[in-house]
Amino acid sequence: MEHLGKEHILIRPEDYEKNFSTLNLGPTHPATHGIFQNILTMNGETIVDAEQTIGYIHRAFEKLAERRAFYQITTLTDRMNYCSSPINNIGWQMTVEKLLGVETSKRIDYMRIIIMELARISDHLICNSVIGVDSGALTGFVYVFQEREKIYEIYEEICGARLTTNLGRIGGFERDFTPLVLQKIREFIANLPKVIRQFENLLLRNRIFMDRTINVGGISAERALNYGFTGPCLRAAGVDYDVRVMNPYSSYNDFDFSIPVGTNGDTYDRFCVRQEEIWQSIKLVTNALENFPEGSYHMDVPEFYLPDKEEVYSKMESLIWHFKIVMGEVEVPVGEVFHSVEGGNGELGFYLVSDGGRTPYRLHFRRPCFVYYQAFPEMVKGSFLSDAILTMSSMNVIAGELDA
Amino acid sequence: MEQQLEIQNRIKERFLNDIVSFDESSDILTVTVNKIAIIALIRFLKEDLGFNFLTDLCGIHYPQQELQLGVVYHLHNFLSNTRIRVKTFTSLAEPEIQTLTEVFSAANWMERETYDFFGILFTNHPNLIRILNVEYLDYFPLRKEYPLEDQTRTDKDDSFFGR
Repeated sequence: MEHLGKEHILIRPEDYEKNFSTLNLGPTHPATHGIFQNILTMNGETIVDAEQTIGYIHRAFEKLAERRAFYQITTLTDRMNYCSSPINNIGWQMTVEKLLGVETSKRIDYMRIIIMELARISDHLICNSVIGVDSGALTGFVYVFQEREKIYEIYEEICGARLTTNLGRIGGFERDFTPLVLQKIREFIANLPKVIRQFENLLLRNRIFMDRTINVGGISAERALNYGFTGPCLRAAGVDYDVRVMNPYSSYNDFDFSIPVGTNGDTYDRFCVRQEEIWQSIKLVTNALENFPEGSYHMDVPEFYLPDKEEVYSKMESLIWHFKIVMGEVEVPVGEVFHSVEGGNGELGFYLVSDGGRTPYRLHFRRPCFVYYQAFPEMVKGSFLSDAILTMSSMNVIAGELDA
Repeated sequence: MEQQLEIQNRIKERFLNDIVSFDESSDILTVTVNKIAIIALIRFLKEDLGFNFLTDLCGIHYPQQELQLGVVYHLHNFLSNTRIRVKTFTSLAEPEIQTLTEVFSAANWMERETYDFFGILFTNHPNLIRILNVEYLDYFPLRKEYPLEDQTRTDKDDSFFGR
């Protein structure tokens, strides 16, 4: 080093003490559980600053949507939050129904609630078990993933797909719940409490887990609101905002359920809020199954509801409507609507502007992850690297939703 | 309905000269204002009328209008559970709009996204760089002049399909 001379060293003498290092966490780090990057400035083991780089899987859904008919956009939405794609699908369909002025029957609403709550359970199961994995407890993850598999089997029975479901249609569903679907849901819901209790026994009062998560990555309610937090992350900070209660859609107001809230807004609170929401979802599904109304699985709106394929091939009327819908010859109202549903991560909003054409004039997705992930540097400043990873996984950042 | 009227009157009292229009026909009360007053209006909505939550912020492009580029804000009052939509428009030649980041931290990334796709320059924004697209992209992809498919293609005739 002697021969380099002092002028080659860029660090000023007063900076010797605070020699920060830069650490790249991601884009393909196993702990990010998705493709996004964090550039951390570290002082030893402590984080001084963080900067996120996102957009690695940006697929321009908003632009694509401007060239697609309404019914074709459902497939775009399930690639956003792929841990709970049916919520995205149904949220989009309800947005279009709001624009078209289609009122759905109780039967459809209850079917939707059952599916959306199952999706919420699977979303929360993944998130919470991954918090366990990142803190070193792999066992719980393996336990609950079996339950997620059962949820995916139910999706498969309903619509034929597992991950990117493309479930339902504008105006209802493509087919009714078969007896097998109902049987599978009943079995699943009957078995789930036992598994959740086992999972909670592993983590909820676990000394190591509590030490790793309590007072880690906390945010105050005021800051959380300012940052646009929604969903479990906002409720963990103590604000009881839930779209299902505030703006009930799909007959959620028929049901009695509570919104869990936390106090510190830290990783442990987020874990507990999600855990309690799973219990509330179980209750919702059980109630919906008990009071499952009779009726048709789709509304009688031939100008918007894509008819059965079998009927298209055999009936004139259906063929005409099918042709008209696909070719964009039905009258779509001009206007704009904003509809939001409670997604796995929070308020999932759809801002739809229609100029009366076959495709939306403009469609914007309000992705909860995208909005609240920007608070990450503020939440991890001053904490350890291992805590930052736990904070990130408890925020349930899903790259598909982040980038749209 | 009464609530909407009251909100309208309160806004009219303060911003009479800057209001372009009110629209009650859509699902949410919509206010269009001149871009000069946008931040003052949202600050007023937040501090005096209790719209404490910025739900959404996005851009929109109407090529046939004189003021082509628009920004749409969705605000939510949690206490009375009312929503409001605020719009403002600017010309393509001067795409500058004051930033909202001082009022809502959430606006930071939302404005970066809007800049990224529409090229709206938010003045005084702390870090106005592209967020989802690559840095060296030299156009703003969600503007209407950029069609999704290459319009010069001749090997394909889509005219029957309404495209």
